[in-house]
Amino acid sequence: MSQSTPRHFVSEEPFDPYSVEKLSKNQESLYLASQWRLMWWKLKKHRLALISGFILLLFYLVAALAEWFAPYDLHTRTRFIHAPPQAIHLFHEGKFIGPFVYGYNFKLDMNTLKREFSPDENKIQPIRFFCSGDSYRFWGLLESRFHFVCPSAETLKYDPGIDSLNPTPTYSFISKSQAGELFLLGTDRLGRDLLSRIIYGSRISLTIGLVGIAVSFFLGMVIGGLAGYFGGWVDALVQRLIEVLRSFPEIPLWMALSAVLPVTWSPLLIFLGITIILALLDWTGLARAVRSKLMALREEDYCTAAQLMGAKPGRIIGRHLLPGFMSHLIASASLSIPGMILGETALSFLGLGLRPPITSWGVLLNEAQNINVVALYPWLMLPVVPVIVIILAFNFFGDGLRDAADPYKN
Amino acid sequence: MLRYSIRRLLTMIPTLIAISVIVFVIIQLPPGDYLESHIATMQAQGESIDQKKIAFLREQYGLDQPMWKQYLDWAFGFMQGDLGYSFEYDMPVNDVIGDRMFLTILISIVTIVFTWLIAFPIGIYSATHQYSWGDYGLTFIGFIGLATPNFLLALVMLYFANVYFGTSIGGLMDPRFIDEPMSSEKLLSILEHLWIPVIVIGTSGTAAMIRRLRANLLDELGKQYVTTGKAKGLPPGKLLRKYPLRMALNFFVADIGNLLPSIISGAEVTAVVLSLPTTGPLLIASLQSQDMYLAGSFLMFLAILTVLGMLVSDLLLAVLDPRIRLQGSISK
Repeated sequence: MSQSTPRHFVSEEPFDPYSVEKLSKNQESLYLASQWRLMWWKLKKHRLALISGFILLLFYLVAALAEWFAPYDLHTRTRFIHAPPQAIHLFHEGKFIGPFVYGYNFKLDMNTLKREFSPDENKIQPIRFFCSGDSYRFWGLLESRFHFVCPSAETLKYDPGIDSLNPTPTYSFISKSQAGELFLLGTDRLGRDLLSRIIYGSRISLTIGLVGIAVSFFLGMVIGGLAGYFGGWVDALVQRLIEVLRSFPEIPLWMALSAVLPVTWSPLLIFLGITIILALLDWTGLARAVRSKLMALREEDYCTAAQLMGAKPGRIIGRHLLPGFMSHLIASASLSIPGMILGETALSFLGLGLRPPITSWGVLLNEAQNINVVALYPWLMLPVVPVIVIILAFNFFGDGLRDAADPYKN
Repeated sequence: MLRYSIRRLLTMIPTLIAISVIVFVIIQLPPGDYLESHIATMQAQGESIDQKKIAFLREQYGLDQPMWKQYLDWAFGFMQGDLGYSFEYDMPVNDVIGDRMFLTILISIVTIVFTWLIAFPIGIYSATHQYSWGDYGLTFIGFIGLATPNFLLALVMLYFANVYFGTSIGGLMDPRFIDEPMSSEKLLSILEHLWIPVIVIGTSGTAAMIRRLRANLLDELGKQYVTTGKAKGLPPGKLLRKYPLRMALNFFVADIGNLLPSIISGAEVTAVVLSLPTTGPLLIASLQSQDMYLAGSFLMFLAILTVLGMLVSDLLLAVLDPRIRLQGSISK
């Protein structure tokens, strides 16, 4: 070791800038993650929001495949008028049969003229799955008879003829022609299956919120964006307009506007009209949010840079400013969907919104308008259950989404 | 304070003018007017119509005038207390509206008081016992209240009130008291009927208010002055009463502005279901039959009611919170 060693130690190894602060795999992925990925991670931690999101997905799935999920067609009438819901059984007198319902015993009460249905323990009607039933046109295009569940095609008759040799009771087919019925949520005044109608109704009720929010989102961004970016008299005008719209009580104004829609319009036009009416009053909150954000952001350097490079206001707002808080906007928009769904329900309930043959939950509830229904046919009020569930789900999901979109919240 | 109040009053004027224009446009929007639809029904029934009479009516009500003139007539008449003429009822709108407006206001005020009485203690409890079982339970009930359409709640309550308390169905009093002078029995009957609409209308507002009060109070409770108070040994009840609660109260008053439109909206729908003698049922009927002056007056009154409610809440807030009235005079 007589060789001279250098005065200073020089490491031959290549320099690693992260040698002191080593980034773990986790940290690395966190730093490199996109904004949406971060949101998703935060949302995953929010249990309630996740469950709500799952429920929402389920509802929209059912709505999309309504024809397939509904046991009957929307307009199929049966002779069972105001029949109460059937219960699903698995066992008949201790013997496992699989999911089945009991058929109805029909009696007309001659004093009150009330139709009285009671389950007939002798008629056993097994429910069929993945089966062929009422024919339908899927989304108005594809003709099919394939359903998820159908009423049974035959009624099993329970025959208690027990002989001493064979102690198990026997079942026999009555006949192939006597098909069973499946009214899990009862029927309405025309003998139509309520469950099927609720499933079909979800299509309208669920889309009206989305379409409405899309319109109001657009209005809010454009109007709020203009007010926030230009300020001055544009801003003052928009502010006054918002104030005026906000001081109207919503439902009377909605009623007035929907009374304007001509009776002669086609159902589809009425649907669009109602959505736009709902959106017309809803954009104010979003416009305010956009405006206040833009007021702050337009003073940022990157905005000035864009201006200096000759970008037009439309491009600056749409390309540079809005994306910065888009996630937050979407989250808060999702919170106003339930209000729209409730609004449509209330309008249709009053007979001012959608009209049959278009079927939404509000239209279905329209039949539950008088007190007799509560007393005699309470199952007609069941369409309110999906309304409540969907509104709660949207509320929780929106809350979670908003928290997740907020970068300052942990 | 005086300056602030005057300023606040003056800003109401353009708002009201804008509202009146919107209302007028809306009631004019349906194609045709009342006379036209009236003629159509008469013809459908096979009755002949005297063209002269139609022309006379048209002139009488100014339906042949240009739009802006009709608006000005209507607006100036409104200010002088002449609300126009109801075609459907064949009498001045003033006579049709009368009591109904009063009852709407009565129900709205009682509902607001009810909302406060319920929301205040529950909100405080929820905030001070955050994440306890009580908090979760109350929050859950609140959410259900928020999500239930109030017209359906009205139906169910009506039914149970009838079954369990024997309250007569619909209306604001027993049928036998209608058109009778006010007596203690009649008052009792009104009170007996009043609680149903009040609860029904108040539920969603109460639920929303509980949530907002809880959030606000939680913000305040996390602030440093609360920690300071705790550190110097203030008893929890006194600490809560003296500081954070007063801050949260500000917002409570400010919230009338949000609450009132929703209460009036809810009151309209509920009134239809409960067939209350308020503005709701008549408003719908007049909208459907294009009875424009009646519908317009209702809409206008409801809007004025909310604008006034917001005014009251702003003024109360200015009394409570000196920052607001100071700001008002500085910016001027």
